[in-house]
Parts: sequence; C-alpha cells; structure tokens
Amino acid sequence: MNESGQGSATLRVFRGDATGGEGREYRVETLPGMVVLDALHQIQAEQDQTLAVRWNCKAARCGSCSAEVNGRPRLLCKARLDEFVGTIDVQPMKTFPLIKDLVTDVSFNYEVNKRIQPFTPREPGPFRIMQEDVDRVQEFRKCIECFLCQDVCHVLREHGQYSAYFGPRYMVRMAALEMHPLDMADRREQLHGDAGVQYCNITKCCEELCPEHIHITDNAIIPLKERVADVRWDPLRWAIQRVTGKS
Amino acid sequence: MIEPFETRPHDVLVLGAGGAGLRAAIAAKDAGADVGLVCKSLLGKAHTVMAEGGIASSLANVDPQDGWQVHFADTMRGGKNLNNWHMVELFAKEAPERVYELEYWGAVFDRTPEGKIMQRAFGGHTYRRLCHVGDRTGLELIRTLQERVVALGIPVYMEVTATTLFTDGDRVAGAFGYFRKDGRFVLFPAKAIVLATGGWGKLYKYTSMSWESTGDGAALAYRAGALLQDMEMVQFHPTGMLWPPGVRGLLVTEGVRGEGGILKNSKGERFMERIDPVRKDLATRDVVARAIATEVAEGRGSPHGGVFLDISHRGADFIKRKLPNMYDQFESLANVDITKEPMEVYPTNHYTMGGVRVDAETGSSTLDGLFAAGEVACGLHGANRLGGNSLSDLLVFGKRAGDAAASFAKQRAAATVPEAAVADEQRRVCEPFSREDGENPFTLHRELQETMQQNVGIFRVESELRTALNDILTLQRRAKNVRASGSQIYNPGWHACFDVQNMLTLAEAIVRSAIERKESRGGHWRTDYPKPDPEYGGKNLVATRKDGAMRISTLPIPRMPTELAALVVEKT
Ligand SMILES: Cc1cc2nc3c(=O)[nH]c(=O)nc-3n(C[C@H](O)[C@H](O)[C@H](O)COP(=O)(O)OP(=O)(O)OC[C@H]3O[C@@H](n4cnc5c(N)ncnc54)[C@H](O)[C@@H]3O)c2cc1C
Ligand code: SF4
Ligand code: SF4
Ligand code: FES
Repeated sequence: MNESGQGSATLRVFRGDATGGEGREYRVETLPGMVVLDALHQIQAEQDQTLAVRWNCKAARCGSCSAEVNGRPRLLCKARLDEFVGTIDVQPMKTFPLIKDLVTDVSFNYEVNKRIQPFTPREPGPFRIMQEDVDRVQEFRKCIECFLCQDVCHVLREHGQYSAYFGPRYMVRMAALEMHPLDMADRREQLHGDAGVQYCNITKCCEELCPEHIHITDNAIIPLKERVADVRWDPLRWAIQRVTGKS
Repeated sequence: MIEPFETRPHDVLVLGAGGAGLRAAIAAKDAGADVGLVCKSLLGKAHTVMAEGGIASSLANVDPQDGWQVHFADTMRGGKNLNNWHMVELFAKEAPERVYELEYWGAVFDRTPEGKIMQRAFGGHTYRRLCHVGDRTGLELIRTLQERVVALGIPVYMEVTATTLFTDGDRVAGAFGYFRKDGRFVLFPAKAIVLATGGWGKLYKYTSMSWESTGDGAALAYRAGALLQDMEMVQFHPTGMLWPPGVRGLLVTEGVRGEGGILKNSKGERFMERIDPVRKDLATRDVVARAIATEVAEGRGSPHGGVFLDISHRGADFIKRKLPNMYDQFESLANVDITKEPMEVYPTNHYTMGGVRVDAETGSSTLDGLFAAGEVACGLHGANRLGGNSLSDLLVFGKRAGDAAASFAKQRAAATVPEAAVADEQRRVCEPFSREDGENPFTLHRELQETMQQNVGIFRVESELRTALNDILTLQRRAKNVRASGSQIYNPGWHACFDVQNMLTLAEAIVRSAIERKESRGGHWRTDYPKPDPEYGGKNLVATRKDGAMRISTLPIPRMPTELAALVVEKT
C-alpha cells in the first residue's frame, strides 16, 4: 500500500463449514481508510458471491461482524487494512459452532440471556435518579453484544464450560441490573448458581479486547464476586473447597 | 423441484425487529395475541441500533415551556405541512408516555442535575427536547425493547428474510421467507401482519444506513397491493463523514451541533449565519444539507470537497463524555482528534420520509390486515423529518400498530394462503440458482447506487431524473435474470438477488414521484422548479400497481382543524 492508501492487500479468509475448510487467498484493491469488512465485500462483489460474513452497520455499533483477524478477536468493520503488513488472516470466532466461512452460530448467547431475571423496578416511573448513580450502569449498557469477550474467555473457549458459565457478556448484563438503583431483584443466588461467576479467574482477556472499552472484570465481575461472597460466606464450605478443590 | 417448508402460524406476525417492530410485538402480546417476530439479522442488531442523537419528546425537563403543542408545530413546519397532521398530533401527545415507559422497562437515560431525563437541542426543535444516552440512544432503545420481548417470551425468528406477502382476496394472509443460515423455507400464515422493516438507504452510494435498509417491506407491500406515498421525499443528513473514502457516508450525529458544534467553509466563514440567522447550524436538515452542497459547489469547500464541523472549543472532557462514539469513530477510522481539530463533513443519505400509506390511528395500510409502523410507514414526517422524531415515531406508532393488529386478529377468522401461490414463490426464490448465465446482483446494485447518487440527490432536475428512470428500467429488466451460485447455506450472493429487486421497485417509485412533483419542498429540491407551489403542497403523491406497471396519482391532504392550524401559524 502506498502513502495515499491506494494499492492492494492480500487476505487469507477461512472458507468452509462444520465439516471442514481452509484459508483461501484473495487480492483486493484498496482505498484509504478501508477496513477488513470492506475488503470482504469487495471479494463478494467481484470474486466470490458466496463468501459468508455477518455485518449490519459498518460503524462499530451493532456488534455483528466479530471474527478473528491475525488471531485476535475483533470487529471487522473497525480493523483498518493499513494496520497490517503482509497477508491478513481472517478466521471465524472459535468459541461458537461454525455455520459457514466467517459466520458462527451464536445462539448460546441468546439462550443464556433468557435465563437472567429482567429489570424489576421498585417503584412506578418516572424515576428520579442522579447521574452519578448510573454512570457505572451506563458503562455496562454500552455493550453492543459483539460476543468477542465470550469468544476469548478461556472458560468457554478452551474448557467448553458452556453449561457452567454464562460468560463475561452476561456478567456485564447482570452487573448492570444489580447496580441499577431502582432494581429490586436479587440475582446473587443465580450468579453463584447457573451463571457461574466463580468460574472466572480474572485473567482480564475479555476486558482487553472489548471494543466498547467496558471494564468487564474490574467494574463488573469483581464487584459481582464480592456481592456473592457476602451471601455465600460459609466457612465450612470454604474449608471443604480448600481440601477437595471442588465447589 | 419443490422443497419441504415449515409452517409457523401466528395471529399477528411482525416483520422487523428495529424499534418499531419490537414495540409492535410487545403491544400485540400485551393485548393477548399470539405473536411471532421475524428479522433478517440477529436480534438487537437492527438498524435502530445506530441511532445516536436522541429521542424527541416534550417532557419539558430542561425547558419547562415545552409541550405537545410546540412539538406538533415544529414537526409540521419541519415537514412543510405535507405531514398527516392527525399522526403528528397523536405523536406529539403520546411521545412522553412512550419514553417514560422505556425508562420503566430499564432504559437508563442521561440525567439532569435534578435527576430527571436529560434533553438536548436538535435541528428544528424550538426547545431542548431530545432524551439521550450520550451518542448511543438507539442502542439503549433497542436493548431495552429486546429485553422486554425476551421477558414476554415472544418467539423470534432471527436471520429470516421475508420474500413475499400472500393475500386471500383483498386481505393479507401470511408471509413467506427463508432462514439465511441454511436456506430452509418457512411459511407464516397470519391473520394480521405488522410491517416494520425500516428504510431504503442502500439505494444510494453514500449512506449512513445499514445493509438491511433495502426497503424489502415497502416493496413487498406494494406488490401485494398497498399504496406507497411521498416516495420522492428522501432525507440527506447534512453531516456525513467524507474522508478517508473507506468511511464516506458514515453519520456524524446532529448531536455534535446540538452540543455546540459549528459549521464553517474553507474561508472560515460560519455560513449558516447567512442562510438561517435564527437557527444557524441547527436549521432543519434539508436547509443545512443544501447549504453545505452549495458552499462546496461554489468553491468554498474543504480539501476533500466538504465543509468543516468544529466542536473542539467545548473541550476534551465534555466531548468525550457527551459524544464518545464520535470521538472514537474519528480517532480510529480517520485519525482525526475531534477534541483538537475540525471534522470534514458532507451530506449523506439518511432517511426515507415516504413509505406505506397508513391510517393515523391504527397504522393500517390500504390492504386489509396489513399494518405498518416506523420508517417503512409514511405520513408523520411530511417532506422533511426532524432529528429525534424517528425514535419516538417507532414507539408511538409501533405500539398503535401492534394494538390494532391484535384487535384485528381477534375479530377475524384465519385467512387462507393459496397453495399455488406458495409453490410459485418457492420457485421464484430458487430460480437464481438455475441460471447458467446471468447478472451479478452486486453489480446491479452498484449501478443503481451510481445513478441514484448522481441523478436523484439533493438537487434534482427533470432531465437527470429521466436519465435515472431509464437506468432503473433497464436494471429492472436485467434483474429478472440475476444469478446465484453455490448452495442455499448462508449465501450473500443469493440474498442480494432479492434485495436488489426490491430496491429497484422503490427506486422507480422515488424517481417517478420526483418527476411528478414539480416544485421544491423539504427533502425534494428541483432546480427547475425552485419554489414551493401551494397546489402541490396540498397533496400527497401515491404509487400504485396496475396490471404490473407503476402509476403515480395524487391524494388531497385533508384540511387541518382550526385549533391545530392555529398552533402552526402562531410562531412561523
Ligand atoms: C446513523 C443513524 C443515526 C440515526 N440517529 C437517529 C436519532 O438520533 N434519532 C432518531 O429519531 N432517529 C435517528 N435515525 C433514524 C432511525 O434510526 C431510523 O429511522 C429507525 O431506527 C428505523 O427503525 P425501524 O424500526 O423502522 O426499522 P429498522 O431499525 O431499520 O429495522 C428494520 C427491521 O426489519 C427487518 N427486515 C427488513 N427487511 C426484512 C425482510 N425482508 N424480512 C425480515 N425482516 C426484515 C430488519 O432485520 C430489522 O430488524 C438515525 C439513522 C441513522 C442511519
Ligand atoms: S476475566 Fe473472567 S470472564 Fe474475562 S476472559 Fe478471563 S475468565 Fe473469562
Ligand atoms: S462486553 Fe464488550 S466485548 Fe463483550 S459483548 Fe459487550 S461489547 Fe462485546
Ligand atoms: S458491522 Fe456493525 S459492528 Fe461491525
């Protein structure tokens, strides 16, 4: 690529489905400011119409275009071509079952979400709430449900604990509900139960790549763990855990 | 070769899960109907998620003088009185209740110092009226409604594209579509259908809209016999990103100007002071978009052919708190730090005021059992929409359409979907695979975008509109021969075949109506007829299908009752 950004780039894009597949190389013409998603669209329009990729907004607002670029989970519409040197490798998210090419089956997330008790207001509206009391909740509500944090979380990705842990995205949602000043539900039992907050061991991998810069671990998960600890504090159980390593 | 398909009957079928569809589904469910919700992307990703600046509603939290009467008058004036005034009246009166309801369902708006919902200034609104959450109001709205839909247990058919509506005599009987994931077909028999499929920004090369905005719903309704109205009224948002080319068209929210941003030309002149001394940078969108295009055409443009938008004087802290997405968008995509330097902007396609003609109270189209709400419907915004009025539109008329569809379904027996029609549709949808040789849908789409951008933009003239019409008719012929390769499993080329056919139908309606309206009004500016003409001001243009061909005719706008008319006149 030259200074003006005009030139070409080479992408190696995973092509295939649940039965298998491989990276295929494509060369595209580039314009300044182009992102990986633009390059994929160019491939669709000019080289292979069947290349499957999810997207909606092309503005980093909808969280549809998640994939792994050079091994890093990212939004394709925010990954500028001029960031990269050499062939750009584009793979689907690994944590979810593959449908085709870059499109995965993310229904796990929607299923988990259904199990969370929704906002349960304490009083009829209109509400009087001070800004400083919702700053934190608003941070969590910036989530665009890109599921990149779910993709990178090793509890799901490496250990496949889909039935034990809801994953960071849903810790963020539960934190937003728990910290809403007018919510009166208590989700602590669930947090330590089927939501599985205890499975997170605070590696912060999720927090590092959240495109909305949500402090997933520091601001959501750690405070949730603390809340749970308040109700769950049970010395006998703790002693047993220490001995058997089981919870 | 007819493949098996699954059948999913519902009392009320809602097509579209943006703000309007979600709100309609909730209303129909609350009214006791069995509801199914269909969307072509994943739940929570609809175009509504992109809305930035806010939701207009006269809560009067910041400016106590505000009230529905002023919101009514502003909306009518912004729409150059082409609006359905009864819709505007219902809208202005009901918007506050709909916003508070959203808060009650968990939306967390920015707050005033007293702890009420915060409101900001926006173009064409007399008072500070837009309830907002930074510059991500659409996300808050969609997430809140999505969570409500989930809590109510409404079945959602995600990534399903509806390809046609079926009729039984003169009433709607159901819809047909395919699952994008695997190409499976699905029939949705329904007593009533609410269309909430959004707009058609993808007709233009430079647009701020998402890929879903291909106008499927409007095209389907037209083919099923409903009327399309005011199709010539297309909104160009004054401030789209301009540079680098890869991001051209992305929206720069009006919230930037709402929070004090100023437009300047290459001479450093604040040209909006000259054009609208009172409202300046916050004049209505049609006015600001034309002003920018004129500055550039007359040689006072920025290096890349736009104008400058500067908010840096508000300071970094303020900008990052109030406009975090804008800060991030320019920093990551354009290497511009908006807390220090001005942005370069140029108008971008943004909204379609036209759409399915509906009844004000119920959202009922001219086809029995078919309702429409949100951007796909027409009437509220007249010739030009005010910023922030769409999100409240979705809530007010989404709810009304959902309610009306549920009560319609209660009163009627099930309709019958003719079997032959289903077989025909299945054949039509599979056809692109059977062509050995045919047109690439992406190429057709690009050519359509070029002609629309070139000939049906901010300034229009008969000769160019005729060129566009010729291009569109040729493209329509070519589109009959679109070809798809590969399988039915998640195949964008196949999906694009139907998108482009729908877009071509709507493009024809836009251009034919634009030729017919020989005056300038709101979003429709004719350089060969540069003045508003009261004769045209009194009527809506409608597109109908007669023997397979499109006809444009006119319908008179009913007179406004004197008490409403008085509201509009007072302050002009
Ligand atoms: C960048 C941007 C910012 C904006 N900011 C604001 C703002 O601040 N305030 C404001 O008031 N307005 C704003 N608008 C306008 C507003 O966002 C839209 O007008 C509004 O969101 C449209 O909502 P909708 O519910 O009608 O449709 P959409 O949100 O467009 O949803 C359409 C739905 O229909 C579905 N669908 C479409 N075709 C089919 C099919 N064939 N089969 C099945 N499903 C289908 C889609 O999947 C989707 O779920 C903005 C617009 C843009 C582009
Ligand atoms: S911090 Fe917790 S949630 Fe985040 S990636 Fe690590 S284990 Fe997963
Ligand atoms: S928390 Fe961040 S990474 Fe996770 S889904 Fe939300 S936006 Fe994406
Ligand atoms: S396409 Fe919406 S986030 Fe990338």
